[in-house]
Amino acid sequence: MSTLHLAVALDGTGRHPASWREPGARPGELFTARYWADVVAEAEAGLLDFVTFEDGLALQSSSPVAPDDRTDRVRGRLDAVLTAARVAPLTRHIGLVPTVTATHTEPFHVSKAIATLDHVSKGRAGLLVRVSGLPYEARHFGRRSFPVPVGELTEEATDHVEVVRRLWDSWEDDAEIRDVATGRFVDRAKLHHIDFEGPHFSVRGPSITPRPPQGQPLVTAPSGVLHGSADLLYVTPRDADEARSAVARAAGGPAHVFGDLTVFLDEDGPAAAGRLARLDELAGGPYDDDAATFTGTPAQLADLLQDWREAGLSGFRLRPGTIADDLPAITRALVPELRRRGAFRPGYGAGTLRGLLGLDRPGNRYSDRPAA
Amino acid sequence: MSSKPLKRIHLAAHFPGVNNTTVWSDPAAGSHIDFDSYVHFARTAERAKFDFLFLAEGLRLREQGGQLYDLDVVGRPDTFTVLAALAAVTEHLGLTGTINSTFNEPYEVARQFASLDHLSEGRAAWNVVTSWDAFTGENFRRGGFLPREDRYSRAQEFLATATELFDSWDGTEIVADPAAGTFLRDARAGAFAHRGRHFDIEGRFNVPRSPQGRPVFFQAGDSDEGREFAASTADAIFGRYGTLDEGRAFYADVKGRLATYGRTHEQLKILPAATFVLGDTDAEAHELAHEVRRLQVSGQTAIKYLEHVWNRDLSSYDPDGPLPEVDPEAGENTIALGRASVRQFSDPLATAREWRELARAKNLSIRELVIATTARQTFVGSASTVAASINDLVQADAADGFVLVPHLTPGGLDAFADTVVPLLQERGVFRADYEGSTLRDHLGLAVPGGQAGARPAGRRAAAS
Repeated sequence: MSTLHLAVALDGTGRHPASWREPGARPGELFTARYWADVVAEAEAGLLDFVTFEDGLALQSSSPVAPDDRTDRVRGRLDAVLTAARVAPLTRHIGLVPTVTATHTEPFHVSKAIATLDHVSKGRAGLLVRVSGLPYEARHFGRRSFPVPVGELTEEATDHVEVVRRLWDSWEDDAEIRDVATGRFVDRAKLHHIDFEGPHFSVRGPSITPRPPQGQPLVTAPSGVLHGSADLLYVTPRDADEARSAVARAAGGPAHVFGDLTVFLDEDGPAAAGRLARLDELAGGPYDDDAATFTGTPAQLADLLQDWREAGLSGFRLRPGTIADDLPAITRALVPELRRRGAFRPGYGAGTLRGLLGLDRPGNRYSDRPAA
Repeated sequence: MSSKPLKRIHLAAHFPGVNNTTVWSDPAAGSHIDFDSYVHFARTAERAKFDFLFLAEGLRLREQGGQLYDLDVVGRPDTFTVLAALAAVTEHLGLTGTINSTFNEPYEVARQFASLDHLSEGRAAWNVVTSWDAFTGENFRRGGFLPREDRYSRAQEFLATATELFDSWDGTEIVADPAAGTFLRDARAGAFAHRGRHFDIEGRFNVPRSPQGRPVFFQAGDSDEGREFAASTADAIFGRYGTLDEGRAFYADVKGRLATYGRTHEQLKILPAATFVLGDTDAEAHELAHEVRRLQVSGQTAIKYLEHVWNRDLSSYDPDGPLPEVDPEAGENTIALGRASVRQFSDPLATAREWRELARAKNLSIRELVIATTARQTFVGSASTVAASINDLVQADAADGFVLVPHLTPGGLDAFADTVVPLLQERGVFRADYEGSTLRDHLGLAVPGGQAGARPAGRRAAAS
């Protein structure tokens, strides 16, 4: 039985809109570092590969066209990159993957921020690329008229990631020489202008931040957000057959394809379903998500994950319905169950996120380029 | 003689960065990128009970004569990311970062600073700077469009817009009552609309009010416009400290402008950057300071510096020889790109004439001339001499304190923390321990806005 990888999606008190009302959800602490430190520590105790931090450049809304003015749901978020950086020194092994919106941000800023997260965490950084077609989010920036076609957003995000990646490579690993004899701090032949030209960006480079420890931090994205270029894609199959076709569609692209699943777990299976029903009642309607929703026991979930792993997915990003309940169920019940079955590694073997995922440290596109 | 009560001194530390004051060739010099260096530096500053750590920013590697500049420290990490990580390894130290207002958008920067203030429990500060040059703009999608004359107007509007975003939550909206099912008290929390010349934006800000209401605002810049901007808006101003008289004149001028804006002297702290060299005796410190200057200004560095004024390639000149007889190249200075110092020479011909006279009179080589005319160490001497100088300057209203710039990474602050700080504490002019938890507490600044001291509900819940 082949082993699998596990990540957890962190968003407020959990994926379910009423999750903040559960006992132990700590909704009043969402804007404190302690909450995030505790949650990521729990994920690390469970030996998970990485956590993602959800983010956006607008207030959460249940409506796709406008803020919804609801007062019965969690509203407000801290910046994901800063939250990841804040917990980095408190953790040692787990990968930290904040969401970055490619639509309204500068790739130069994003590149140095993620490179720095990689320096701060000693090789555990990644990013989750998001695009935004929301007109009300665009009005926070006021530069462009929305809506714009989805195709244009994905082209732009693809270029954004290309710029970010070139900037990571714009310093060769040994560019800093500190040569006292000649007085040179860097070897300028090992610093590179990236000279990216596209319809949305032209960026000259080089980066101001030296190449990060992983060389290239992990680029992750939901399926469809980028053309190629991601190391890891998230897909949302409903069953093993859909998992198989999602993997087939991604063939030749990313190194990993992870299945996204929203989970409500309890040692008593009906209790998990009961909890979802109770939360739905509080929320005023049935839970609806782009990913499949699982309710049941950790052992049942382990069965499903192994089944979908056999279908070709290399790992899973679980979205805890309620972080207070479902994250500990993942770390303290699901993970031990998978390990008993030999389907999950017994400990953190590698020091970097790429290492955990079995990926090599990539070469540098500039230094490793054959001579012209 | 009047018995004016002694002023309390404010002290901060600037992480050594990209400039020729940083002596990277010293065997004790460490990495300026590894996070461990920042941890060492920040913990030393906190051990010394400093008000804050200051981190500068760079957005393009400097170039000179068409090539990347390779003589000084090159490269920096991202300011926000380092400060957020430092919040995890310190408890009291303020975390001040330079963030450019030209190549950023108010919504994004405001939420980054509000997040940093939450994640550090009220220790964030923003040094607002502007840039207008197309050289830096080549790294951004906005490009280099900003006309120079718009420099302060954009910065002012950027800060005003960010303040509107910070103020769009008053700090009482989050009730997070699970039983009642009420997370927000106010359905319109975070609503804002700004219509101005530089920004036309509206919507909902998505970070609730942070512990300090908004980050502490710092301003640098010595022009008349810069002083006015600082007097109207800033909580603290960086400056360069020259002489006692210059310091007092600057201090009096800037504090004198506050009344126009209905502000008191206490609402703006003047904190010039200062360097220091310590020794067991004054003589030893002066000797060491001379050595440090020689390390900071190599022959090549001196030639490169001269090129800023001459605006032409001087690489064929001998740094140990006399100044060039050839005059500076007229017109726009294009030899050095991405360097602020170039702009201080508004009349290169006059500067060249002045320097030639000085070099002739004192028989100085190029390198000696540069050492003589560029900034020297502000404080040189034994710990007691330096402690006395700092105190004298603050009590004489030449400053409210200093932002110390050590020449060594990351240990450059250690001796100051161990020897000078205890002497200032003995005199009762520097805190023995932190008396508050936020940077505003350290600087004696009130939380702005109507809800004085308001904290998000979560913070109240967490504190109880």
